[in-house]
Amino acid sequence: MGVSLSRAAQWTTVSPGSVRLEPTPMNESLLKEILHFVERLSSQHPQEAEHVFEEPLQWTTTLVASDFQTGYDISDSDAQSHEKDSEGCPLLQLSPPVVYVRSFSQIAKLLHLAENTKLKEVQACLEENRDPVEKILGPSFAGVLSREDAGVDVLSPVDKVKEESDGKDSETTIKLLPLLQNLDDQLLKKCLRETSDLDPTAAKKEVELLRRLCTEQRVLKSVRYTSDYEFSNGCRAPPWRQVLGEICYLVIEPCDTEALYITYSTAGVFLNGRVKEEGEEDGYERRSDVYKDLLTLLKSRSPQFAENMKEQDPAAQELPSTQQIQHVEPVDVKEQGQPQRSYQQQEKNVHEKRRQHTPRKTGGRRKYEPCSRWRDLRLIAPCGKAEEKKSSKSSAEKKSSEIQKKKSAAGAKSKTKSEFSASSLPVLRLSSQIKIKTPAGAMQDAYSESSSESEEEEEQLERRPESNTDLPSEYWQIQKLVKYLKEGDQTATVLTLCAMMDLNLMQETCQMAIRDVGGLEVLLNLLDTSEVRCKIGSLKILRKISHNMQIRQAIVDLGGLQSIVKILDSPVKDLKALAAETIAYVAQFHRARRTVRQCGGIQKLVKLLDCVPDLANLTADQEKEVEVARCGALALWSCSKSTKNKTAIRKAEGIPLLGHLLKSPHENMLIPVVGTLQECASEESYRMAIQSLGMIKDLVKNLNSDNEELQMHCASAIFKCAEDKQTRDLVRRYKGLQPLVSLLSKADNKQLLAAATGAIWKCSISVENVAKFQEYKALETLVRLLTDQPEEVLVNVVGAVGEFSQIPANKAIIRKSGGIKSLVNLLTGTNQALLVNVTKAVGACATDMDNMVIIDQLDGVRLVWSLLKNPSADVQSSAAWALCPCIENAKDAGEMVRSLVGGLELIVNLLKSTNSEVLASICSAIAKIAKDRENLAVLTDHGVVPLLAKLTDTTDDKLRHHLAEAVGRCCMWGSNKVSFGDAGAVTPLVRYLSSKDTAVHQSTVMALYQLSKDPNNCISMHRSGVVKPLIGIMGSEDETLQEAAAGCVRNIRLLAQANREDRLFCRQ
Amino acid sequence: MSEMSAVNRKLVQALVETISKQVEHFSKAEVECLIRGFNSLLGERAVPDHTAGLDRGRFRSVLHNWFGMTDYMIMDGVFRTFDKDNDNSISVKEWIKGLSVFLRGSLDEKIKYCFHVYDLNGDNYISREEMFQMLKNSLSRQPTEEDPDERIKDLVEITLKKMDHDHDGRLSFDDFEKAVREENLLLEAFGTCLPDTTSIETFERHVFEEHQDH
Repeated sequence: MGVSLSRAAQWTTVSPGSVRLEPTPMNESLLKEILHFVERLSSQHPQEAEHVFEEPLQWTTTLVASDFQTGYDISDSDAQSHEKDSEGCPLLQLSPPVVYVRSFSQIAKLLHLAENTKLKEVQACLEENRDPVEKILGPSFAGVLSREDAGVDVLSPVDKVKEESDGKDSETTIKLLPLLQNLDDQLLKKCLRETSDLDPTAAKKEVELLRRLCTEQRVLKSVRYTSDYEFSNGCRAPPWRQVLGEICYLVIEPCDTEALYITYSTAGVFLNGRVKEEGEEDGYERRSDVYKDLLTLLKSRSPQFAENMKEQDPAAQELPSTQQIQHVEPVDVKEQGQPQRSYQQQEKNVHEKRRQHTPRKTGGRRKYEPCSRWRDLRLIAPCGKAEEKKSSKSSAEKKSSEIQKKKSAAGAKSKTKSEFSASSLPVLRLSSQIKIKTPAGAMQDAYSESSSESEEEEEQLERRPESNTDLPSEYWQIQKLVKYLKEGDQTATVLTLCAMMDLNLMQETCQMAIRDVGGLEVLLNLLDTSEVRCKIGSLKILRKISHNMQIRQAIVDLGGLQSIVKILDSPVKDLKALAAETIAYVAQFHRARRTVRQCGGIQKLVKLLDCVPDLANLTADQEKEVEVARCGALALWSCSKSTKNKTAIRKAEGIPLLGHLLKSPHENMLIPVVGTLQECASEESYRMAIQSLGMIKDLVKNLNSDNEELQMHCASAIFKCAEDKQTRDLVRRYKGLQPLVSLLSKADNKQLLAAATGAIWKCSISVENVAKFQEYKALETLVRLLTDQPEEVLVNVVGAVGEFSQIPANKAIIRKSGGIKSLVNLLTGTNQALLVNVTKAVGACATDMDNMVIIDQLDGVRLVWSLLKNPSADVQSSAAWALCPCIENAKDAGEMVRSLVGGLELIVNLLKSTNSEVLASICSAIAKIAKDRENLAVLTDHGVVPLLAKLTDTTDDKLRHHLAEAVGRCCMWGSNKVSFGDAGAVTPLVRYLSSKDTAVHQSTVMALYQLSKDPNNCISMHRSGVVKPLIGIMGSEDETLQEAAAGCVRNIRLLAQANREDRLFCRQ
Repeated sequence: MSEMSAVNRKLVQALVETISKQVEHFSKAEVECLIRGFNSLLGERAVPDHTAGLDRGRFRSVLHNWFGMTDYMIMDGVFRTFDKDNDNSISVKEWIKGLSVFLRGSLDEKIKYCFHVYDLNGDNYISREEMFQMLKNSLSRQPTEEDPDERIKDLVEITLKKMDHDHDGRLSFDDFEKAVREENLLLEAFGTCLPDTTSIETFERHVFEEHQDH
C-alpha cells in the first residue's frame, strides 16, 4: 500500500491537489487486489478488521442512504452505523456524497452494499486518501510502510509501535501492520509481473565485456555494480525501480574523467544522480540524455575511451590469421586451458565479491557470448584469444603443462573429485582433540566418530596454485631438488634432503609443490631402500609435510604408510621414533588409520611403548628409548580414533604399557598417553582396565598438572570412566574432586571446561561425591556457568546440576544462586543432549515447592510441555518425567494444565510412541494429570483408555509400573473402568502381580482395586486367578497397599456373595 | 697363532697395556683381539717388532671388503686420517686408535674424523673445489645435459649455503661442526666414510669372537 501505491500505481494529475488513477490494466489489477484484501480481512482476521482507524478514510461515494439497511441508522440522506468506537462515534458515517469509515469491517460491508460499483469505491477511496496507512494506523506509521525495507524488516516497526502506543489497542495495531505490509509486497510483486519484460542478460553481457576492457586493455579504471545483490530475475535495481524498467546501476571510472554513475534501464542507459547504495531517493533521477548502450555513453563522456576504441578496431581485424598459427599445437592449448578454467571456477566460489575487480584470465571461449552490438565492433575477438596466444608462447607455461601431465598420471583419482573448496587448510588436531561425550553414550560416540571421518574425507577437495605463471620461487627450487633426489647417489640424496628441510615445509605452497613435482613418490621410495640416512632424511620431511591433509591422503594413496609401518621394526631408534611420529600425523583420517591396522602397524606401535622400567632416571640411550615410546604413543593416539584400532591396541596388550607410561613425570609423554586412554575410554573394556590397573590414581594426580592440555585429557578420561560407580569412588578416594572443582575457574579454555564439567557431572552421580563437591561450593560455581557457555559445556553443567539436586538442600542453593531462571531459559534451546539434561534438572528442581513457584512464574511448565513435540525420544521422555513433579507441586495444577492449549491431546497421542521409556514417562505424567477430574475427563475424550489398554501386554517392568498407575487413575472417571474391562486390560494387569518388581505390584494393586468396582472386571480378575497373589500382598508392610488389595478382594467377594444370594433368591 | 712364542705373547701384552691407555672405546681383551686381527691382516709379513704397517692398498681392501666402501677418494681420506704420522703406512697403534673412532666414536670424535677425511689437502678447510671433487660422481649423468658439471656446482652451492655459516666460501671446522650438530645427517655430507651398524657388528664379531678363543 505504501510503496506500491505511491510508486507503482500509474497516477495522473487532473488538477492541482487532486489526482486520478489511470484506467490502465495494471491499476485495475491493483484495485482488485486491494478489494480482495479488504473482503478477506473480516473473515480471516476478524480482530484486526475491527481495529478502529486513527482517522477516518473519507471519499466521495456513489452510494446513498437508502442503500444502507440493517445495522445502520438512517435519517434523511444521512446514515450512521450502529457500530461505534469506545467514545461513541459511529464507525461509518454517510453525509452524501462523502462517506467516512473507520474500520476495515465497515469498509467491507460498504463494498458489499456497493456490489457492482465496488471497484469504483475502492478507486475513489484511494484517490482521495493518498496515504491510507497513515490514517489507518496513525502518523507514527506514515514512514513505516513507505520505507524501502518495509516488509523485509517487520520487527523494527513493531518495536517502534510498542514504544509509542501506550498499550491501548497496540496489539491489533501490531498485527494489522504485517498484514498491510504483506499486501504491499504482493502488490509490488504483481506490478513486477505485469512489467516483467526486463531482460538483465543484455546488461550483464555489456558489463562483462566492459570489465574485460577494463582489466585487459586498461581503457577504463573500474567498472562495478552499486549492489552485489541480484534479485531472482537477475536485476539489481530494487523492485520499485524495476517497475520503472530499471535493471541495474553502475559506477564506471574512465581514465580521463571522474566516475560515471549510470542507470541501465530497458529504455537505454543514462547518467543518474549518483546511486550509491539503495535507498537514496534522489540518486535515481536521470541527469543526462538516454544512450542506446553503455559503449555509446562512455564514448560520449570519455574522449580517451573513444580514442582507444578506434585503435582497437584494426587489431581486431588482424586476428584470425594469428589464431590459426597458434593452433598448430592444439594439445598444449588444451592442457593450458584446464588450470586456467579451474582458476576461474575457484575464483568464483571463493571470492565471489572480489571477482568484480580482479583480472580475468580467459580460457573458455564459449563462456562469453557477446551481444550483437559488441560483435559488430569486433571487440570480443582480440581480448578472448590474444590472451591464449600470449600465454602458450611462454616457456614457463610449457613446463607447467608438463607438470600438469605428470600430475594427471599420478593423481587421476583426485582429479575426478571436484577440485575446489573454499578452504582445505589442514588442521592438525593433536592438540585440540576432545570428544564431547553426550549422555546417550557409546552409540552417539560411534556416530560422532564416523561423522568426523566423513568430514575429513571431504577435505580431499584440493586447491591448486592459482596460475602457473604465478608459481612461487620455492616451486622451481623444489622441482630442482626433487630431480637431484631422483638422480643422486646416497651422498647427494642426503645433501638434497638436508636442503629441503631448510625450506618452510609447513607452508602449503611448499607442501603442494613437493607433491606436484612427484617428490612424494621419491621420498616414499627412499623409505624402501636400506640407506638409514636417506630414510631418516625422508621421514624428517614427511613428518612435516604430512601436516597437510592432501599430503596425508597422497601418502596413503601411494602406499607410503606400509613402508613407514615397516620401518617401525628397524633397529635404529631414531628411525623408529621418526616413523611413529610420521604415522601420528598421517593417521588423521579414517582410511589411513585402517591402513595402519591392516598392515600390522598397531602391534608394532604397541611394541614401541615397551621401554625402560624406571622412567625418572635415564641414561642417554634409555632416553632415546623413551622418545621412541613417546612417538609410539603419539601414533597410537591418532590411530585410536577408530573403534577397530581401539580393539587392536587392547589385543596387542597395549593398555598395561600405557598404564606404565602414565607414571612418567614428563608432560610430553603424558599428553599422548592420556590422550590415547581418554580416546579409548569410550569402550567399556578400557574403562574397566583403567580402573583395575590403578590408572585412576595417576589420572587424578595429573589433574593437578600445570599443563591445561594434560588436565583436559585427564578430566576427559575421568568423564568417560566415571559412569562406573567404583571409579567414582576411586576419584573421591584419591582426592580428585577438589582439583576438578578448581578447574571450573578456567573459563577461557572451553575444551578444558567441558571436560572438567563432564567429569564433575559423572562423578556427582554418587551422592557421597556431591556432598564432597559441596565442601568446595561447586554448585554455586556450576550455576554461574549456566549462562554464556558453549553447548558442550552447558550439557555437562546442566547434567551436573541435575545430579546435585539429589540432595534436597542443593535445590535451595540452586534457587538462591539464580539457577532456576537459567535452567528455564535453556529449555528453549535445540541441542537434544542439552534438552535431556535441562528437563531432568528442571524436573529435579520442581520437587521443591519454592522452586516450583519460580518455574511456574517463568512459564517453565509450558516450555517443558512443548518439548514433548521434540522429535527425539530421549527429549520426549525426559520432558515427560520432568512434568510429573511439576504437575504434582504446582499450585492450581489442574488449571495450569488446562491452560496449555492442545497439551492434553499431545500427551495422549504420545501413547502411540514405540519407545518404552517415552511410554513409561507419559503414563506417569498421565497418572499425575488424571488427579484433576476435569482434566481426566478431557483425557478420556481424547481416547486415553483404549490407548492405555493397548499397552497392557508389555513385559517392561518400568512401563508396567507407570501404566498400572495411569490405569488406576483413569478408572476414576465415568465408565472408564468398564471400558478398560471391555478393552481386555484386566487380565494382563493381573499377570503383573507375578512380576518381581514390588513397584509394579503396588501400582497394579491400586489399579485392580479401582477396576474391581465394576462387576465384570471382578469376574475377569477372578478367572485370571487374582485372589491368591492379592492375599499374599495383603500381608505387605505398606498400609495403602494392604488396603487396596483387601478392597479388591472384598469387591470380588461381595460380587460372589450377591451372586449367590441372587441365585438363592431365584431358586426360591 | 698358537705358534706364537712366549716372548711374543709378552710383547703383545705390553702393547695391549700401552694402547688401551690411549684408547677409550675398547677393553684390554678387545685391544688384544684387535692386535691379533691386525697381525693376521698383515699376513706372512707379520713381524714381532710391530714396526710394520698396513699400506694404502691393503687398507683400501679392508675398507672395501669389510665396510663396503668404494669411493677411492674417500678411502684415501680415511687412510690419511688413520695415518697420523703421514708415513703412508698404518701401524697397529694407528689402526686401533683409528678403529676406536671408526667403530665406536662419539659424535665429537666422528665430526673431527669426518672433517679430516673431507679436507683433502689438509689445509683445515673444505673448499668448493674439494667438495666438487667429492661430489663429482654423486649425480647420475643425464644424456640431455649440456654441462654435466653445472648441477654438481649447484649442489655444492646448496651445501655451502647450508653449512658455510661465516660465508667465506669454504667450510672451516667450526662451520662443519655447527652444521652437523644442527643436523646429524650432515656428518657424512660428502661421502660415506663411516661404517653402518651391520658392518660394524659383523666386523666386531669377526675380530672379537673369532680371535678370542685362541
